Amino acid sequence: MFIITAVRSFWRTVGRGTRAARPPGPALDRRLLRDIGLVCLADGVVGVSFGAIAVSGGQAAWVPLAMSTGVFAGGAQFAALSIVLGGGGLAAAVLAGLVLNARLLPFGFAVADVLDLRWPARLAVSHLLVDESVAFALAQRDPGRRRAAFLTCGALLFVAWNLGTVAGVLAGRAVGSPSALGLDAASPMVLLALALPALREPRTRRAALLGAAIALAAAPFLPGGLPVLVALLGLVAAGGPGRGGQPGRRRPGAGGRP
Amino acid sequence: MTPLAVVLLAAGTYAFRVCGPVLHRRIELSSRVRGMLSVAATVLLCALVATSALTAGHAFAGWARPAGVLVGGVLAARQAPFLVAVIAAVITTAVLRRLGLS
Repeated sequence: MFIITAVRSFWRTVGRGTRAARPPGPALDRRLLRDIGLVCLADGVVGVSFGAIAVSGGQAAWVPLAMSTGVFAGGAQFAALSIVLGGGGLAAAVLAGLVLNARLLPFGFAVADVLDLRWPARLAVSHLLVDESVAFALAQRDPGRRRAAFLTCGALLFVAWNLGTVAGVLAGRAVGSPSALGLDAASPMVLLALALPALREPRTRRAALLGAAIALAAAPFLPGGLPVLVALLGLVAAGGPGRGGQPGRRRPGAGGRP
Repeated sequence: MTPLAVVLLAAGTYAFRVCGPVLHRRIELSSRVRGMLSVAATVLLCALVATSALTAGHAFAGWARPAGVLVGGVLAARQAPFLVAVIAAVITTAVLRRLGLS
């Protein structure tokens, strides 16, 4: 969901094609547990802000609670919520959330070996697949440890995220005016922090800047939520989906690195 | 959000999650698809940042909110912890409003 450094190290790990080689031993387990605990703590606090923003923005209490249990993906939850609170349509909110969560598809393939369990268990623990659990799993060498890291991180995060959301819902009812507290700055800030690491890559940065410009230009005219989806046109700056391109042409497109 | 919207978002998200664990023996995801999915997510995030920081409805949101996001963004870009950046953004916006800036 949120821990940028964990996600960054995940990409680093994948990019090198190696696993972080740490000496085995109980010290590692304690350190790993501590790291997972810190991540859960941070995400729990963000969960509090999610619940508070949703409720103080006028959503019923069940909305953030159902999203945190059922969707369990912070970026998509904040994205959908900020579109709805900004006056956008529900279809746009759902679509934006799904486009964001499409990144979980390759993550699922990356940790598929860890989840080679019996069918009911496999289907159940798939729900725990978030950026952080994938990152912690991939940082382990030993398959057993990878599975333990994935399950521990995923389960604890699920608990922390939902407890945070409950606390936020309770706090949000007490908050009078969210704008006086500056809470409306939290959603864009969370989303920006999520995007920052990927913006180091020039091609992605070009696409993202073009997309943001398109969205801003469209905002005064299009109904809420649509400008963000139109921004996906910015993908052409990243090489496009390759439709109709000249076959012989070299295309060092996004993700072209092996 | 309506119940249907939440259910659709949850079901779609679960579908993305479960594909890998269920299909990994039969399908391999090309690096091109992986790359496009990750760029699409970043493009969408940045568009959301721009519109939710700068606009309210069809109009300008006022200076306090984008100023807060800018402060938080600079902190995040300088490797400040995630929570510090978010809290700094919120406090900056609140203080600016307190000072009379919309």
